[in-house]
Amino acid sequence: MNAAAPIVSAKALTKRFAETAAVDGLSFTVNRGEIFGLVGPDGAGKTTTMRMLAGVLPPDTGSIVVDGIDVVSKPEEGKQHISYMPQRFGLYEDLTVDENIRFYADLFEVAAGVREERAQRLLTASGMSQFRSRLAGQLSGGMKQKLGLTCALVHTPKILLLDEPTTGVDPVSRRDFWRILYGLREQGVTILITTAYLDEAERCNRLALLHAGRILYCDTPVALKQRMPGALLVISSPAGRKVRAAIVGQAGVSNVILVGDGVHVVVDDPHTCIPELGDALQRAGVPFTGIVAGEPSIEDVFVSLLENTGKTQ
Amino acid sequence: MFARIIPIVIKEFLELKRDKWARFRLIVPTLVQMLLFGYAATYEVYHVSTAVLDLDHSQESRELISRFTSNGRFDVVKVAQSQREITEAIDRSDAAVALVIHAGFAELLRKGQNAPLQVIVDGTNSNTALIALGYVGTIAQGFAQDYASDLAERVQGVRGMKQIQVTLEQRPWFNEDLNGRWFFVPGLIGTLTLVIIVNLTAFAIVREREAGTLEQIMVSPIRPAEFILGKTVPFFVVGLGEVALIVAVGILWFQVPFVGNPLVLLLGSALFLLSSLALGLLISTLCLTQQQAFSMNFFLLNPFFILSGFAYPISSMPQLLQWLTYVNPLRYYLVVIRGTFLKGVGLGVLWPPLAAMAAIATVLLTTSILRFRKSLE
Ligand SMILES: Nc1ncnc2c1ncn2[C@@H]1O[C@H](COP(=O)(O)OP(=O)(O)O)[C@@H](O)[C@H]1O
Ligand SMILES: [Mg+2]
Repeated sequence: MNAAAPIVSAKALTKRFAETAAVDGLSFTVNRGEIFGLVGPDGAGKTTTMRMLAGVLPPDTGSIVVDGIDVVSKPEEGKQHISYMPQRFGLYEDLTVDENIRFYADLFEVAAGVREERAQRLLTASGMSQFRSRLAGQLSGGMKQKLGLTCALVHTPKILLLDEPTTGVDPVSRRDFWRILYGLREQGVTILITTAYLDEAERCNRLALLHAGRILYCDTPVALKQRMPGALLVISSPAGRKVRAAIVGQAGVSNVILVGDGVHVVVDDPHTCIPELGDALQRAGVPFTGIVAGEPSIEDVFVSLLENTGKTQ
Repeated sequence: MFARIIPIVIKEFLELKRDKWARFRLIVPTLVQMLLFGYAATYEVYHVSTAVLDLDHSQESRELISRFTSNGRFDVVKVAQSQREITEAIDRSDAAVALVIHAGFAELLRKGQNAPLQVIVDGTNSNTALIALGYVGTIAQGFAQDYASDLAERVQGVRGMKQIQVTLEQRPWFNEDLNGRWFFVPGLIGTLTLVIIVNLTAFAIVREREAGTLEQIMVSPIRPAEFILGKTVPFFVVGLGEVALIVAVGILWFQVPFVGNPLVLLLGSALFLLSSLALGLLISTLCLTQQQAFSMNFFLLNPFFILSGFAYPISSMPQLLQWLTYVNPLRYYLVVIRGTFLKGVGLGVLWPPLAAMAAIATVLLTTSILRFRKSLE
């Protein structure tokens, strides 16, 4: 097999549930050894796409080829190489951490020695070695997700499908999680991950922005940022809502995004807008500590790209 | 080939070991129901409230009535003076049975003719009524026979007269005293086992579907047969324990005699367990939620009891329902249980019901395996 050829190739995937088209003509490819992110709001069709890739949900139309295997017609063959961690990983709550790992290892017929070595490494990496005999039901949310990942990784997949693995996970666990993912990438595992956290999206090699079952944009984070029309201004202020109220609708302002310490504003031309916005805020009597041009985050890019899509639709 | 059965079996046992409630549910309700049914449900009737109206006032009529009062089965609660009082007693449920002896009763008897005894029963409790009616018949015939032989003795020389009426001889086999409990308790083994096993297995797969663990199993390379058989083994073992418990209570507590071959009972129980748990697993593969499984369970179990011969004789059912009983494993298991417990018959007699259960188990298990798709749709 050609190493440069994409390891996952999905073409014109469609899946309908009653009236809703959960996935609507989706095409994308994932390159060998990259971390590919599927990003989109709730209901965008991320989980449906993952399930089809994992071979547990047949698409209505379209084709999926994973490492040369047609997953639509031969889902069982794909399962040997794919590891899929569903959005809600089903752990057996009455079983201990070790018993859960053992169960999934046995399902994939992983030899005991290999299982033990991997379990130890993964549990250490996620800071869970001391909880091995604890019942899964008694773990915290973050630990449950890390155990889910350990179970999913106890056999060596070529492709790892992770559906919102870090939703509801504390920041420390999230860092552990990503460290493990980077380690896997180094070993050559291809990772497909969905996330609703846009700061995580920045960690991916490539991203697809999913909306209403369609891919709006698919590119590297850097290229996506360049696609953002206009420029980003950062207004620091303790009263973000008031700032937004004062500047929405101003000439040249296309988007206002609330952030923790103020607002991010997407504008056509920063040079004319900086003084204009400053004046507007002063007139409205809204306190602010500065207006500067800023580097857009993926969140800024997506919000602004999504809004533009909404306007053109 | 079927290597992945083992992790499923281990997992099921571990879950059962950790689930204290499950163990409680397996033992306590079973014992309670066994004792409850064993004591409460009996086909015998004692102390039937009875009203009598004697319009004949003869020695014969008094003799007949005394046969009812001297027997523990009837309590005379009302000695009526008129037909109207009898009607009232039945209407107000003061009496469940009324006996009316019309004037001329003794005279007919003395002439060697048939003398009528009018019996009125309150049919609203038809079960009691029918059983009581049976006793009335027995007592009346006993009376008639004694009277006829007395008469024959008195009328000497005239022998072989037609007045000597033939009594309908009730001679039950195998349960000579017609001990209702002996008949009932073995039947309980089957019905209780069916409820427990179907309940246990009906939720076995739906629960995993709801917990999200089924999705995990589906993305693994496990075969449907491995999964279903892996689920079968633990429930089979649990079911054997249940049967042993119920049989022990029947024999040790209710003193039901066991005259047959224990191995035949074991074989029958094994086949019955397989059919019941295959039925439960089939329910589980068909349902998407535990709620659905619960309703389906509820909906299915009653017909299984009714169409089993446990309480209602199959031979009295309409033909269509009789045909339905042929696909009911409980029907066959009851034959095996009663056969081994009370009759002591062996494989030579019991092979047809055993073969039928084996066939049902095979069909149901195969259907479950084919029905279980590794797909979320
Ligand atoms: N099993 C299902 N039955 C009916 N509708 C579904 C089902 N799964 C998903 N959907 C619908 O499809 C759309 C996409 O869902 P999903 O793929 O779960 O989105 P995401 O994971 O991006 O939040 C939603 O509108 C959802 O309601
Ligand atoms: Mg989702």
